[in-house]
Amino acid sequence: MKARHKRLGFLIVGLAVLGLATFFVIQALDSNLSYFFSPTEVKQDQAPKDHIFRLGGMVEKGSLERGEGVDVLFTVTDNANSVQVLYSGILPDLFSEGQGVIAQGKMNTDGVFVAEEVLAKHDETYMPPEVADALEKARQAEAKMDGGTTP
Amino acid sequence: MIPELGHFALILALGITLIQATIPLIGAARNNSTWMALARPTAQAQLLFTFLAFAALTYAFISHDFSVAYVANNSNSALPLIYRISAVWGAHEGSLLLWALTLSIWTNAVVLFSRSLPLNMLARVVGVLGLVSIGFLLFMLLTSNPFERLIPAAMDGRDLNPLLQDFGLAVHPPMLYMGYVGLSVPFAFAIAAMLSGRLDAAWARWSRPWTSVAWVFLTLGIALGSWWAYYELGWGGWWFWDPVENASFLPWLIATALLHSLAVTEKRSAFKAWTVLLAIFAFSLSLLGTFLVRSGVLTSVHAFATDPERGVFILIFLCLVIGGSLALYAWRAPQIRSVGRFELVSRETALLLNNVILVVTAASILLGTLYPLLLDALDLGKISVGPPYFNSVFIPLTIPLVMLLGLGIMSRWKRDSFSRLFGKLWPAMVFSLVIGLAWVLILLPEFKLGAVIGTILAVWVFSSSAVSFKARLSNKDRLWPALLSTPLGFYGMTLAHIGVGVFIIGITLTSIYSIEKDIRLSPGESYEMAEYTFQLDSVKTVEGPNYIASQGRLTVSKNGEVIDIMQPEKRIYRVQRMPMTEAAIDAGLGRDLFVALGEQLNAQGAWSVRLYVKPYIRWIWLGTIIMALGGLLAASDRRYRMAGKKVLDPVPAGTVVTGAA
Repeated sequence: MKARHKRLGFLIVGLAVLGLATFFVIQALDSNLSYFFSPTEVKQDQAPKDHIFRLGGMVEKGSLERGEGVDVLFTVTDNANSVQVLYSGILPDLFSEGQGVIAQGKMNTDGVFVAEEVLAKHDETYMPPEVADALEKARQAEAKMDGGTTP
Repeated sequence: MIPELGHFALILALGITLIQATIPLIGAARNNSTWMALARPTAQAQLLFTFLAFAALTYAFISHDFSVAYVANNSNSALPLIYRISAVWGAHEGSLLLWALTLSIWTNAVVLFSRSLPLNMLARVVGVLGLVSIGFLLFMLLTSNPFERLIPAAMDGRDLNPLLQDFGLAVHPPMLYMGYVGLSVPFAFAIAAMLSGRLDAAWARWSRPWTSVAWVFLTLGIALGSWWAYYELGWGGWWFWDPVENASFLPWLIATALLHSLAVTEKRSAFKAWTVLLAIFAFSLSLLGTFLVRSGVLTSVHAFATDPERGVFILIFLCLVIGGSLALYAWRAPQIRSVGRFELVSRETALLLNNVILVVTAASILLGTLYPLLLDALDLGKISVGPPYFNSVFIPLTIPLVMLLGLGIMSRWKRDSFSRLFGKLWPAMVFSLVIGLAWVLILLPEFKLGAVIGTILAVWVFSSSAVSFKARLSNKDRLWPALLSTPLGFYGMTLAHIGVGVFIIGITLTSIYSIEKDIRLSPGESYEMAEYTFQLDSVKTVEGPNYIASQGRLTVSKNGEVIDIMQPEKRIYRVQRMPMTEAAIDAGLGRDLFVALGEQLNAQGAWSVRLYVKPYIRWIWLGTIIMALGGLLAASDRRYRMAGKKVLDPVPAGTVVTGAA
């Protein structure tokens, strides 16, 4: 085999592996991204209707209800708007009312967020950065509105 | 007083490291042997003072010195002794101190075991390791001093995060750090070789055992982390593609590629520039891992205490290390010539493909890990990349890698032919198809294509390893002398590959055949799953040293016969008021039963309970242990102990030494 052919062989094999990998990567990234939305954004219809996304905020105090079996219903709020969340399963250890939470799932037709997964903060001082950001945005929007109404 | 001494020891260590990182390197450049000889004593002194600092912090924990802020934040007077010791590395400052100590230990291991290394090489390696040490010591002293006093002193400590009060955590970080930091040794060898211009087979031979040992620690560290997550986090998963897990897996993938590429460099004098690049990337990724864990940029189970300003320091340090070594590489790489020529079908090509696949895998995992950060930094939205992404990238890339494994170990260096390989391997191919299929059809509840692919691949690894082992022995007359004369490196390789096969069985069958269910159970009620019946007998309150727990009692039976009484707990730790799930696990080679308590649902004593049946999950960790043993065997090959003696006389810079094998 000539050196030129050999090099061509390596090149083709290399490009094939790379091409295949790129194909998988792009396809996988495309279908597995989930964006983060706050309750306010959900209420403004910015969240996707038929794709999973992440909803984050605080668990509203006194909103936790238990249903059949291991179903739970609670409300996630950014202090401006709130969204009801339905989850079937065991909540994480650090889930509690008045604390930050992120849930991954989809909206159903009744405007309830059906969660496949619920993540709570990991210790008492830690707040998921997305949630902190969402709360801050909602607070600022509120402050702006207050500023507009008071003379 | 003791904490101040610890702090002082740390400052002294920094001072000594400044000498260690400069004088030997300058000495090597000027060929001044007195200056080069400083490498040994400075490395030893650095270890002494870093160890003293570590001992001082450990003493502060053991003696409940709550006037030290770090102790007050991470310990408590009721914390048992073993967790007071492991709490030393339970949070940011202490884990950095452990990093620095580990680096110091590795440096001294090089000094101790590389007596045959030429002085100028040793001086450069120790110097480069010193430069890395400076980064970490400065980081600690400037941004995260573990000895900072708390005035006034706390009455009692805030206790260690309950998740970390566990044996797994006591051993997982030191193991992982030994691996992470161990990769600094091949890195230092690569930099030293580039500085000296001596990139030859001898260099690869010096570097190989260190890479193997670091890889062994990294493998065990990751496996321990996975095991810990499995039984302690109470979710029953063994891998979450969490950013921080990825951060430890990325250097592992590159280190694995490096191990294979070093083999080619040593035996065939090929892939030299590539090997150097891999050594740089492997260490850079372990620094990146530290950055990702400690900077707080990621939402992760591991982001316990985070601080963005520290992240900036590590980011700068990371840029210096990667930028500096790549600049050196750009300068030196054109002078590196690989002399080993090889044909398209050859062991070199197989190892090249192995490297390409491992690096592409690492790159796509890196992409999935950093993509959310990138989008966030560009203000394009907050996203997360879920486990399905990583699975759909990792699995298709791994399948050809494992198929290649069998071909690679059987193929000859330089040139081989498909017909010869096929002639040797077709029985193994048929065997793996038959046994793989039979495994799923006979031993498992239902036929799944993914499972069959997994078992066939695993049996392929076993059978091709057996064929290559037999081929190794067949040209010898008698069995025992042949077994004894086969180098440990070959045994190590074979064993590590068998570990890969066992691991594949574990991950495939667990992922496909696990049954998981969250249900509501009142005392007396039972639930049937697979062929097991789980009956909740009672839930009672028990007290531990620093917690109160609700302890469930479940009777598990199979075909009416009681096989285990399981007692999962839900603990509330008194100080942090944090609930913790302690799962009960009935472990076995064929399957694990996993039971965790959720919460009490009503006044009548109904609880939500999580039940898992996980077939073959033990094989995952068993496989990693076998891989690690293989790595250890390979590292203790006689060849490496002899290595230095053959090549004592230094070769002038720029000379290319042809491969010996």
